[in-house]
Amino acid sequence: MSYSVLAGKAIQRVARMRGGSGSALPGLIIERIDPGFMKRTLDQLPHGVVVISGTNGKTTTTKMVVALLESQGLRVFTNRTGSNFTRGVAAALLADVDRSGKLDADIAVLELDEAHAVHFVRMVPPRYSLFLNVLRDQLDRFGEIDATAKLLQTIAVATTDGVVINQDDPRLASQTFTEAISAPDIRSYGVSEHLHEQFPSDDEMRGRDTKPAPAPHNTFADRTELRAIDGNQATFYFDDTEHTVSLELKGIYNIQNAAAALALVRLIVGSEIQTAAMLNALSDVRPAFGRGETIEIDGHPVELVLVKTPSGFRLSLASFDPADTTVMIAINDNYADGRDMSWLWDVEFESLRAAGVDTVTGIRAYDMALRLQYDLVDVSRVETAIPAAVSDFLARNHSTPKRIFCTYTAMLAIRRELSKRTQVEVVA
Amino acid sequence: MSESPKTLHIVQLYPRDMNIYGDWGNTLTLLRRAEWHGYTVRVTDYNPGDTFPDDVDLVIGGGGQDSGQSKIHDDLMQLGDRLKNLADDDVPMLMICGMYQLFGHFFKTKDGDTMNGIGLFDIETHGSDQRLIGNIVTQSDTFGTIVGYENHSGLTYLGKHVQPLATIQRGAGNNGQDNTEGAVYRNVIGTYLHGSLLPKNPALADWLIEQSAMRRYGDFTPTVIDDRFAEHARAVAIKRPR
Repeated sequence: MSYSVLAGKAIQRVARMRGGSGSALPGLIIERIDPGFMKRTLDQLPHGVVVISGTNGKTTTTKMVVALLESQGLRVFTNRTGSNFTRGVAAALLADVDRSGKLDADIAVLELDEAHAVHFVRMVPPRYSLFLNVLRDQLDRFGEIDATAKLLQTIAVATTDGVVINQDDPRLASQTFTEAISAPDIRSYGVSEHLHEQFPSDDEMRGRDTKPAPAPHNTFADRTELRAIDGNQATFYFDDTEHTVSLELKGIYNIQNAAAALALVRLIVGSEIQTAAMLNALSDVRPAFGRGETIEIDGHPVELVLVKTPSGFRLSLASFDPADTTVMIAINDNYADGRDMSWLWDVEFESLRAAGVDTVTGIRAYDMALRLQYDLVDVSRVETAIPAAVSDFLARNHSTPKRIFCTYTAMLAIRRELSKRTQVEVVA
Repeated sequence: MSESPKTLHIVQLYPRDMNIYGDWGNTLTLLRRAEWHGYTVRVTDYNPGDTFPDDVDLVIGGGGQDSGQSKIHDDLMQLGDRLKNLADDDVPMLMICGMYQLFGHFFKTKDGDTMNGIGLFDIETHGSDQRLIGNIVTQSDTFGTIVGYENHSGLTYLGKHVQPLATIQRGAGNNGQDNTEGAVYRNVIGTYLHGSLLPKNPALADWLIEQSAMRRYGDFTPTVIDDRFAEHARAVAIKRPR
């Protein structure tokens, strides 16, 4: 019996009764009363800890990795959405351990915010890690994009057994990034040559051609490649074979992250991998909330697309056909969204010019409207209050398919509104 | 009405390496507003090794990371006299953040390394451990309230031969100490503000266009532009947390 675990669990129950998500406060308290709790609990796991980090796509990728590992018969512990900070991990562990502090799992898969991951790996060195990308996001928090790459490198260096890197990210696949890694197995994933133009990088956006020197090609022991996308079918290449899978996931960046998940799971499971089971599991994965999920309101689809970075927004605009769909854009500038609005000017909105944008909402609705004005895109309505904007948007466009591009906290507010009309998972 | 439309030629300095935090928004704003005011606009990208154009009406430069600054540094030093001549010939320019710093005498890092600038502005910049980040509101006699977002660790100090662009109402500005933000020399403006700067500060954008039109054609007749979105966006930005 562990007294700190019992105390922590009691606090968690109280916090939940008080209406919170039961995440931050109990995590804080268990860290204070039992600083060794997280390391001690995670050290029990026979397959160790996996860390997934990067600017974009952590949540959906983690969801995929968990499903793929489970398809191989592993019991997986993971941290839930919105708790990708060390304290959130501690709270999630607290909820899942039994009274003696034992975790019923074989492996932990954690999505961690870059800065918090650095703090985490100092306490618990991961066995495996996966790095998705370094994009212009939350630069107001970390300073500069190169500094963010350094944070990720710290995690890679702390990793003991194997690292997977996105070979299409010039900073991650650079010689500088990879040469410091001491884990024996470094692998990569990426998209094939002819898919490249569908995945513009921040650097290519303004014709920047000064990329850091790439890692020598023998750096990577193995590569998982996304070869083709055809509707909801994707073709991946690994183990000298092409594998075609039909996917529930939408959006080309989600499919790129599927290659990341495959590469990581292949690394973890090794030669014992059951490929057919893994691919079956992949085809069943649904998008994480707000990552291209569709909600039915009165029998008509409303698609929620989370946008956080210029490249993510550009990819979203490119991924989803604007024809016959009414568009709303919701932009907040709370801490979790990033305070700086500059990023909107690094996205081109010409693809929305023909149909226009129905509604712009959120705290920074007028920044978005201004951005659209300079791309000559008409806006029918600007309403900073999200509840009013959502009601009006649904009422005026009752029977057309609708799509809402939104920042993180705007998405939470929109989901609250939609949950009044239909069953929607609301995240506190 | 003139027979052929009047053309204004904008040169973007180093868009490949010095382009961050929506610097494109500034060029786009100049491009659109000049068109709305009745001009035909040509935008030329100038990157290291390119031939600098002869007929320049407006020069714009953006921010960058340290790595971007070192990539363009040699080229900029060679171009320095040319830019200073254009400035003395009253060509309007707008330099944001990293290019603002390199238009000064030098940037000295906190480790003591010095990167020379072209000295167009009588300013010097010293690296620091703090990062000055957040929404910023400043006040200028010429342009009224200027709103933006700053994100820099260099502290810039003005010499005698340059005027501040504005005084701080909220935020840090040049150095967080003397209440000044940015610098002005003739028609050249340097500033730490992005956000992007010009879309939310149309008075500043129109002033740059006016200077270039007056210099090239001797007159400027503005059109009335619907700036209601900009006015609302400014009002919101002023009220947001740092």
